Amino acid sequence: MTEPNNSYQAGLLSRLGAAKQLYLIDFTLGAMKRRTGRNVMLFSVYLAIIFILGSVMLFSHAIRREAAILLENSPELLVQKLRMGRHELIEGTRLEVLRKIRGVRQAQGRLWGYFYDQANGANYTLMVPREQSKTTAVKPGETIIGEGVARTKGIKQGGYLFLLSETGKLMKLKVKQVFSNQSALTNTDLILLSEPDYRRFFVLPPDLYTDLSLTIRNKREIDKIVEKAAKLMPQARFITRRDILRTYESIFSWREGLLLALLGGSLIAFTILSFDKASGMSAEERREIGVLKAVGWETSDVIAMKFWEGALVSIGAFVFGVALAYAHVFFFSAGLLEPVLKGWAVIYPSFTLTPSLGGIQLATLAFFTIIPYTAATIIPIWRAATTDPDEVMR
Amino acid sequence: MIELKKVFKQYHEGRINEVRALVNINLTLKKDCITVFKGPSGSGKTTLLTLIGGLSKPSSGRILLDGEIISNLPEKFLAALRREHFGFVFQRFNLIRGISVLENVMLPAYPMAPAHAPLRQKAKDLLERLHIPEKADMPVDVLSGGEAQRVAIARALINDPDTIIADEPTANLDSRLAVQFLQIIEQLRKDGKTIIMTSHDPRIWQARIVDRVIDMEDGHIVEENEKVANP
Amino acid sequence: MMKFLSNTMRRSHLALAVIATGAAGLALMTMHAQFSGRSSQLAGHAALVAELGLTDLALFTEARYTRHPSQADLFTPFQDHPLSFDHFPSGSLVLPQRQFGNKDLFAESLPQ
Repeated sequence: MTEPNNSYQAGLLSRLGAAKQLYLIDFTLGAMKRRTGRNVMLFSVYLAIIFILGSVMLFSHAIRREAAILLENSPELLVQKLRMGRHELIEGTRLEVLRKIRGVRQAQGRLWGYFYDQANGANYTLMVPREQSKTTAVKPGETIIGEGVARTKGIKQGGYLFLLSETGKLMKLKVKQVFSNQSALTNTDLILLSEPDYRRFFVLPPDLYTDLSLTIRNKREIDKIVEKAAKLMPQARFITRRDILRTYESIFSWREGLLLALLGGSLIAFTILSFDKASGMSAEERREIGVLKAVGWETSDVIAMKFWEGALVSIGAFVFGVALAYAHVFFFSAGLLEPVLKGWAVIYPSFTLTPSLGGIQLATLAFFTIIPYTAATIIPIWRAATTDPDEVMR
Repeated sequence: MIELKKVFKQYHEGRINEVRALVNINLTLKKDCITVFKGPSGSGKTTLLTLIGGLSKPSSGRILLDGEIISNLPEKFLAALRREHFGFVFQRFNLIRGISVLENVMLPAYPMAPAHAPLRQKAKDLLERLHIPEKADMPVDVLSGGEAQRVAIARALINDPDTIIADEPTANLDSRLAVQFLQIIEQLRKDGKTIIMTSHDPRIWQARIVDRVIDMEDGHIVEENEKVANP
Repeated sequence: MMKFLSNTMRRSHLALAVIATGAAGLALMTMHAQFSGRSSQLAGHAALVAELGLTDLALFTEARYTRHPSQADLFTPFQDHPLSFDHFPSGSLVLPQRQFGNKDLFAESLPQ
């Protein structure tokens, strides 16, 4: 082939390249019609795998991102009392000790705990808002509840919430407000009540708290302050904001059940798919390649034609699989994943995630699905494509 | 003009199942002629056809096309050669299922990527010329033997080759269709094409239009009959 | 509709058009992700987290150690059921903390 000696010829050649690929695609799609059912099934399985993997990837990425943004506002330092390795209530007298540490701006007791509602098998988180809370302040006899609580108990704003305390007494609280869906991801099961109500409900003496929360003047000093506090309170456990964030960095990571199971299942499905593709060409396919070469197709044309077969199916499945996954996760709140995530929980937040595309995850998914499938389409025909076509005469 | 000089072809060379398909073939095939190779099965005539058409290479010896050696060309150039100079009609036609008759005819032109609409028209014109224009959009499975052969001939003509190579073209056809085939071949010769065929069929090698009949046996050329040119 | 399209369009054009449509859908989603405006709702949510001092997502309300994994002590899972760590299905989705506050859990679990 002569080299182009001007840009017109070069343009012509590149158009020739595209034009030839279109012809090859015409042919390969026609040849695929021979086994329409099988090819449709392969495509559907492929699409389903990408959809499921894509949904889980997009969901995990979005949750991790959402957690990272939201929990950046968690308390800077929490102090938890441990006895025999178990979390125990902490005395308010510790607050004075901690306030004296240089760099601690504020130290407060936190009151929060769990309540199991026998009536419907749901777990609620009961909590007292902090002193400085403005929008979430509650007076005795009042409560603010999460949307999951409202949904499960069938209560609306203005209605009444009844909780049965361990003493056998029923506590009646007027629902001042129900948190919206927008914040359901963190407070769907929350019941906020005043400190007197909380202590009365759980029969808690006045100076005991669930844990203590510290506000630090200079964030860079947190580790130093933890060091000093640990010396003052050797039996305590200190949880920094960084610890909290780190817990959610690894949520849904590969080692955890969901993704591992899916990955394992997908790999098996893919092996079957690829094996089916690669388990030898039929005599007809081999003869067909001989015919193509005999009428003047080069080896590269034959391989390119086969490449398009694999590429069109895999790229098509990927593009539509991811699009469907995106819609599933961000417009339908990953509804199909809900049963898996919910497990035995009665309350599951009714939330919508902030849309985001995990570019690296999707690129990884593309790499590990498109390339193997395309390769599995080309490899079986390599030998036939490179041998002489004279066998077709026989 | 096609020349073969001291051409040998062995399969499975050096092994226990070695087959000597062609032995010391020396041959010149002139242009615008109809040449038929005849002989029993295993005589090497199909092998000879594959060498002439560049579908395989000789074990030794040379093959020349218009004075240029083609037997040692790399595959890429051989493919171009097949595209531009030769049109093949296979014994079992070898039409490709899944694509239409028209697309089968267009197939050899794909690597050259001509404009689509003119190519389609050219293919339609060929089918028209062979009296099967109505079959253009049909699948190849529904064609009769004679129709399939004509599609195979149209496919062989799409790139305007100067030489048509046909292997046992009438093996699966009845007398009427064999006669029709010969009529098509005669017309092609009048159009200036060289025709090279193999055939068991006496209707072919005894036909009036055939210029030369070459007898083969066990890989050798045993007899040649060049007919006097028709006035 | 597909039959009509395949009769009037070249197969390759049809296939590429279909894939281009899918790719356009993906591009739309990328733009949606960028400009959806849900991030302003996220800001409101974040303010609530700050005000209440919340520490965990309320995704797994099954058990204590899945509801507040960042606060759970080492023994909570075992308290709930003597034999299991992953007694609750969500437990297999949420790993325990490797670094347990300022204390080391087990030397083996620390990042090397």
